Amino acid sequence: MDKIEQANKTKKNKKRNRLIYRTSILTVLFGALLFALISNLMADDETLDVGDKAPDFQLTHLNGGQSETIRLGDLKGKGVMLNFWATYCEPCEREMPYMETLYPEYKQKGVEIIAVSVDATELVIDKFVEQYGLSFPVLHDNNSLVMDAYGIRPLPTTFFIDENGVIVERVMGELTLENLEGYLQKIEPS
Amino acid sequence: MNEIKCESCGFLNSAGTSICNKCGMPLDKENDSKLLNMRYDGRAIRSKTKNTSIVDKIWNFFSSIKIGVTLIAIALIASAVGTILPQSMYIPTNVVAEEHYRDRYGLAGQIYYQLGFHELYSSWWYLILIALIGISIFIVSLDRGIPLYKALKNQNPKRHIHFLKRQKLFNQYDQYSQEDLDKLVTNIKKRRYKIFEKDGHILAEKGRFSRWGPYVNHAGLIIFLIGTLLRFVPFMYVDEFVWVREGETAIIPGTSQQYYVENQEFIFETYGNDEEDAKFSEILSQQNSAIPKHFETKAVIYEDVSEGVIGSEPELEEVASGEIIVNKPIQFGGFALYQDSYQLNEFQSMSFKLHETTDENEASIVEFTVDLTNPDSVYTFENGFRIELDQYYPDYILDDDGTPRSQTNYPRNPAFVFFVYPPGESDPEASFLAIGQNIDGTGENTYKLGLTNFDVRDVSGLNVTKDLTLPVIGLGAFIFMIGVIQGMYWQHRRIWIHPAQGKLFIASHTNKNWYGMTNEFEKIITNTKFSMLQDQEKVTKDN
Repeated sequence: MDKIEQANKTKKNKKRNRLIYRTSILTVLFGALLFALISNLMADDETLDVGDKAPDFQLTHLNGGQSETIRLGDLKGKGVMLNFWATYCEPCEREMPYMETLYPEYKQKGVEIIAVSVDATELVIDKFVEQYGLSFPVLHDNNSLVMDAYGIRPLPTTFFIDENGVIVERVMGELTLENLEGYLQKIEPS
Repeated sequence: MNEIKCESCGFLNSAGTSICNKCGMPLDKENDSKLLNMRYDGRAIRSKTKNTSIVDKIWNFFSSIKIGVTLIAIALIASAVGTILPQSMYIPTNVVAEEHYRDRYGLAGQIYYQLGFHELYSSWWYLILIALIGISIFIVSLDRGIPLYKALKNQNPKRHIHFLKRQKLFNQYDQYSQEDLDKLVTNIKKRRYKIFEKDGHILAEKGRFSRWGPYVNHAGLIIFLIGTLLRFVPFMYVDEFVWVREGETAIIPGTSQQYYVENQEFIFETYGNDEEDAKFSEILSQQNSAIPKHFETKAVIYEDVSEGVIGSEPELEEVASGEIIVNKPIQFGGFALYQDSYQLNEFQSMSFKLHETTDENEASIVEFTVDLTNPDSVYTFENGFRIELDQYYPDYILDDDGTPRSQTNYPRNPAFVFFVYPPGESDPEASFLAIGQNIDGTGENTYKLGLTNFDVRDVSGLNVTKDLTLPVIGLGAFIFMIGVIQGMYWQHRRIWIHPAQGKLFIASHTNKNWYGMTNEFEKIITNTKFSMLQDQEKVTKDN
């Protein structure tokens, strides 16, 4: 009887060891697969995504008059809509009036709209701002530094940043008046 | 599945075993008359054990060679399909991929795009496929390699007589002398076999390490695959592109705003300008356009050492300078800049003069130059004239509504709307100028603007690369190659000598190259009275 018990015991042990051994190897292998998959998806849309801290930057303010530069870090406590655009980009042009419409209301609620132009020449931006009568700050990213830091590919790309400087929403492509308002409500400081 | 008890020695073999692990008795009774299957030395493949848990089921799935081969076949077919239409990185950059595939290739193109074949090699499902192949290779190797290792490590020199009888090369010697046998063993030793002996039974073996070839090779493959996965780790791999205009300093993408490149000069040479090109004159005369011979960028690399926030004035320190020529990159901080492409003669500035519309000699009233990268908006002159640049379109087109606009940032096709204010006037005259166009706003302008001169410059396209995965990939490829050589150029050969009742039985096995084995055995029996082993496969065929 003893012998059979012994045999059963070793068999059980063997089985348990096999389970541990196989489970750990499969975990490592599928872990590697998952890592590859996630990094691949991340690589697709470059550096910044929802939940990340928005990198600080400062740029020249083209239509402000009073202050020379605007620094994102100085806007702590406010929600910030950060719009990357260019004059030659038609969808950017279409969404500008929506931003202008909603700006006064949301500025009072503590949301700042900042449009960063990646145009090469200041003149074309000036003319554009004049043509549309834009009152929110329009900044010129002359050396594409901020564009590089934010990993901008398609234009327009818009980040909605909450009062703590965390990206709440990232929109690639054109905004409509309705969804713009929805996003702005999301970043209203509480 | 139960354990199999060997009828000869009573040893309990695990299920799936075809040759008794202890005495070598064949356990596959149904094939009694056939040659023995020597794969994995008759050991049970690990996975063929009982399926109990989900873990075992997953394990067994990947352990199947059939599954592995199927995965490889799917990957091969998918890779081939990915080459039918160009990948999205090779289509023009100024088009939307979805529209491009639809317009250019019709419905097939649309399906191709929807299934993700346009970015096949980085698509999630292709990646999963490759990773599954890696997992399959790993598990298949473990499941077969470990039992094989154990079987070969614990070989019993004394094998059951049926084991010998069912080998491909076998012979039975009814009469032999001990002296002759000693001579035979000496000959075997001379051929660098290792001899193992037990109770007068002899096992001679050589080249066992060649059996590990496939497993070494698989280990190399897995390291290779890991190397390719490391490409997705941001600091390990960078592949970016930057356009730099002559005289400009641009930020190098992919370097986290750390490095800048200045294009001091772009040099472009074509064939036919040198005396040494005379030999090509005939073929050159048949060409419609010049053939590029050499192009290079004289570049300076700077590092931004300022601590300031992004967008603040950078503090640039030179870290490298020199020529970037095709295949001769400039290197700095782990990065390399390669000469990739160019755009010749992009407009840099344009000069205009103002004259009276009616003046046939077009005598200039004022002259001025517009810097196309940073144009001034107002030009004032001592004689009281003032010219305003009202609109500037660097890359002018008329859109669908007929309104002028710029389609890119770059002055490839500049167009202007000028307001001319004659002295004392507050109402301007408008003129529209573009390449090949000079339109008078009202048709009644007193003054006319004309292009007098322009400057152009070249734009150099540079490829930014960094690849820390190459050493890993190289190591994987090297180990892979070692495994291939190990398995290809050596063979695992064994000879069993089995004395029984005054008779001698000899059998031999090799994992490949039976011809070589036969030749070697012929050399072994020289100077002895032993006759050659019989090829039992041949004998049965001949009968």
